[in-house]
Amino acid sequence: MSTLTTAPPAPTGARALVKRLSLHLDTLPTGAAVVIFIGMIVYGEAAYGRIVQFNTLSNLLINNAHLIILTVGLTFVILTGGIDLSVGAVIAFSSVAGVMLMNAGWNPWIAMALMVLIGTAFGAASGVLVQYFHVQPFIATLAMMFLGRGLASILSTVPERLADDNPVRGLGTQIKLYDGPKVNDIAITPGVVIAAVVVAAAFFVLHRTRTGRTVYAIGGSEQSAALMGLPVVATKMWVYIISGSLAGLAAVVYTARLGSAQNITGIGWELDAIAAAVIGGTLLTGGAGFVLGSVVGALVLGLMNVLITRDGSIPPEATTIITGGILLVFVLLQRAVLARRRE
Amino acid sequence: MSGRKSVAQPPEVQRPVVEMRGITVEFSGVRVLDGVDLTLYPGEVHALMGENGAGKSTLIGALTGTYPMLSGEVRIEGEERMPTGVARSRAEGIATVFQETHLSPHLTVAENVMIGNEVRGPLGIDWKANRTRAAEVLARLGLDDLDPRCPLSALPPAVKQLVAVARALVVEPRVLVLDEPTSSLDAADVNTLLRVVRSLRDRGVAVLFVSHFLEQVFDVADRMTVLRGGRFIGEYPAGDLDRADLISKMIGEDIEALKALRSERLAHHYSASGEPTLRASALGRRGTMDPTDIELSRGEVVGFAGLHGSGRTELARLMGGAERADSGEIWVDGSRVQLRSPGAALHRRIALSTENLREEGVIRGLTARENIVLALQAMRGWSRPLSRGEQGALIETYLEALHLAPGDIDRPVEELSGGTQQKILLARLLATRPHVLILDEPTRGIDIGAKLDIQRRVAKLAGEGVAVVFISSELEEVVRLSDRIVVLKDREKIGELSNGPGVTVDTIVEMIAADLHDDPEE
Repeated sequence: MSTLTTAPPAPTGARALVKRLSLHLDTLPTGAAVVIFIGMIVYGEAAYGRIVQFNTLSNLLINNAHLIILTVGLTFVILTGGIDLSVGAVIAFSSVAGVMLMNAGWNPWIAMALMVLIGTAFGAASGVLVQYFHVQPFIATLAMMFLGRGLASILSTVPERLADDNPVRGLGTQIKLYDGPKVNDIAITPGVVIAAVVVAAAFFVLHRTRTGRTVYAIGGSEQSAALMGLPVVATKMWVYIISGSLAGLAAVVYTARLGSAQNITGIGWELDAIAAAVIGGTLLTGGAGFVLGSVVGALVLGLMNVLITRDGSIPPEATTIITGGILLVFVLLQRAVLARRRE
Repeated sequence: MSGRKSVAQPPEVQRPVVEMRGITVEFSGVRVLDGVDLTLYPGEVHALMGENGAGKSTLIGALTGTYPMLSGEVRIEGEERMPTGVARSRAEGIATVFQETHLSPHLTVAENVMIGNEVRGPLGIDWKANRTRAAEVLARLGLDDLDPRCPLSALPPAVKQLVAVARALVVEPRVLVLDEPTSSLDAADVNTLLRVVRSLRDRGVAVLFVSHFLEQVFDVADRMTVLRGGRFIGEYPAGDLDRADLISKMIGEDIEALKALRSERLAHHYSASGEPTLRASALGRRGTMDPTDIELSRGEVVGFAGLHGSGRTELARLMGGAERADSGEIWVDGSRVQLRSPGAALHRRIALSTENLREEGVIRGLTARENIVLALQAMRGWSRPLSRGEQGALIETYLEALHLAPGDIDRPVEELSGGTQQKILLARLLATRPHVLILDEPTRGIDIGAKLDIQRRVAKLAGEGVAVVFISSELEEVVRLSDRIVVLKDREKIGELSNGPGVTVDTIVEMIAADLHDDPEE
């Protein structure tokens, strides 16, 4: 067989490194995201100070827990080669509906479950459109996006406040794990715990279950996956249901932290989540990427906002330009990796 | 043909593992399989034979449930079954090996082998156990030294194909279906594969083997089922057929027709008169083709003969405007022209059919009809669209002339067989009524029936006064069709032959070989 594919008994030095890299070419963009994240922390610490400390990093997680949850859902969809544009609108509808129901006297826990199920229903609808009506994922989820945004606006166009004693707010309450000097504490919220559980579960599903491996195979080539006898139809349905449900869950976490909901919440968040997944190394054409990479991608975006705020001289309007620039760099990096692979 | 439905005796008297009776499949109203039978016994290698488009892949699809049957019944070990998909048939012990392109490029070797059958422990998929299991199966195929963690995309096609076979062996199938498993393998890998096939047979597996390579089929098959045009021709013990029998069963009367075409062409006497239709002097492009003189006359077929890389394709592309010449001049009907693009050439009534059918030939996503109309429409300009009636007349003409099935005309072109696609491309060029037609490998990778149709059409075109350039790797075809043969080697024209009864494939081969000896640098 070709020498390229054989495993020499004891590869040494540079050749071993090249071999290891070529075996793990997929991980290169994710590795780059980690490097950039660390680079941003180091730069932030050097330029502005007070970045590498407990409360900054705790807040980074607390403020981005919902984005992490969204990004995990998008990662599933993008890995199959699809897209879900509806998640931001789902958050708006789900959170406005949930808060109004609670204010109308519903049991908060049932209302929260309903918020997640609203997301599930949206995801299932997208999945049915994509799978059984052969609508392109972009169009199907775009339609769901307009539907969700419209329903949210019909319910209310003003901020709906949650009562301060509502148990849902407990999910957004900070719990001090370590009481540091001054305000330098390690703190988490139940929302962060939920995000961590979601990430761990997603990692398990994607890397340790047949459903997860089928997600990757579909992204590589849907036709091949079908010919290999994998359950393509069911898996693609699941992917949209997961994405929708996680959007519903993100709505719970976000509402709990903010204490209110509005119909304009979450505009553009689907794009933030897509950007986070891509920065984290997920290929938009599907088949390659890691959920942990997506988490890093979400944190890169979150940290960027922190740095821009700290800097003060960068106008907030420039945030999107910087996000776009980072995204472009990562897409170009992915193209380079793909080109390497074709050789 | 006597005994159209002769049925061979089974190797031993035992129960067949697969029985398919009267299988009929239709695609959008076109009957692609018509009452076909197939019987597989445990411990035999059964070859499924037929040309492209005979229905072999469709029959396999009916067995695995990828294509729904219109009628017919399938029995697995005597029990009637309705095949519903690849996954179900794998579970029932029918594993299919598709071509190597139907694997997942981003996943590792081990994952491609094991996906859908992963070893699972309490913590989900046990990757280590999977790699071990994959390595065991790969070792049976002689791939002991392949690292199962290697991404599939890093492998050469031959290894990928063996990985596809390994994937089928993982389920320890009772029936193994191999659909053209050897087309990307070299001789050593083919031998490995055939050895594995025999050892599976000896362990009682029924192997259904589909291959275009007759040597391999006669080497390994115990029995054969022959299909032609979606119909069951017969089932025979391999020992009862020789090659000529098999070919004539596969293609029917076509082989006689090819002989007739050759004598027809020899009898046809072409005499160049007046101004050549196309004349090129010192036409060349640095690094691609040395400056070459060439003339084409009305009603003449000029064959370009030479090995791959000899310059035959490059010269054709220069003449057809697909590549820009940096030296030399071209005259068409006596006036000097610049061919800056294939479009410019088309306006001078020079049509080029590329050897690269898929990338540069037919437009995928469009129907056969749209593909045919395309070039003529482009020539007329978009402001003067062809009317539906004009299109219809055009399509009618070529349906008949090229033996296209009427049902194919409104199907997306990528769903059609290679031979049909090539005919569509030819029809598209002919619709522009070219004076010079340059055909680069129009018969590559298509079945004998379609080859015959195309060669007949070329002969007819020459009779109608078109100057044709015909390029083929199969020198027999060049010799059969050409009035004159231009022999090329190392990007250079090394000679011209006037075709006649004395000219054979050997004449050309000797000419190319002799040039080698004359060249002191070689």
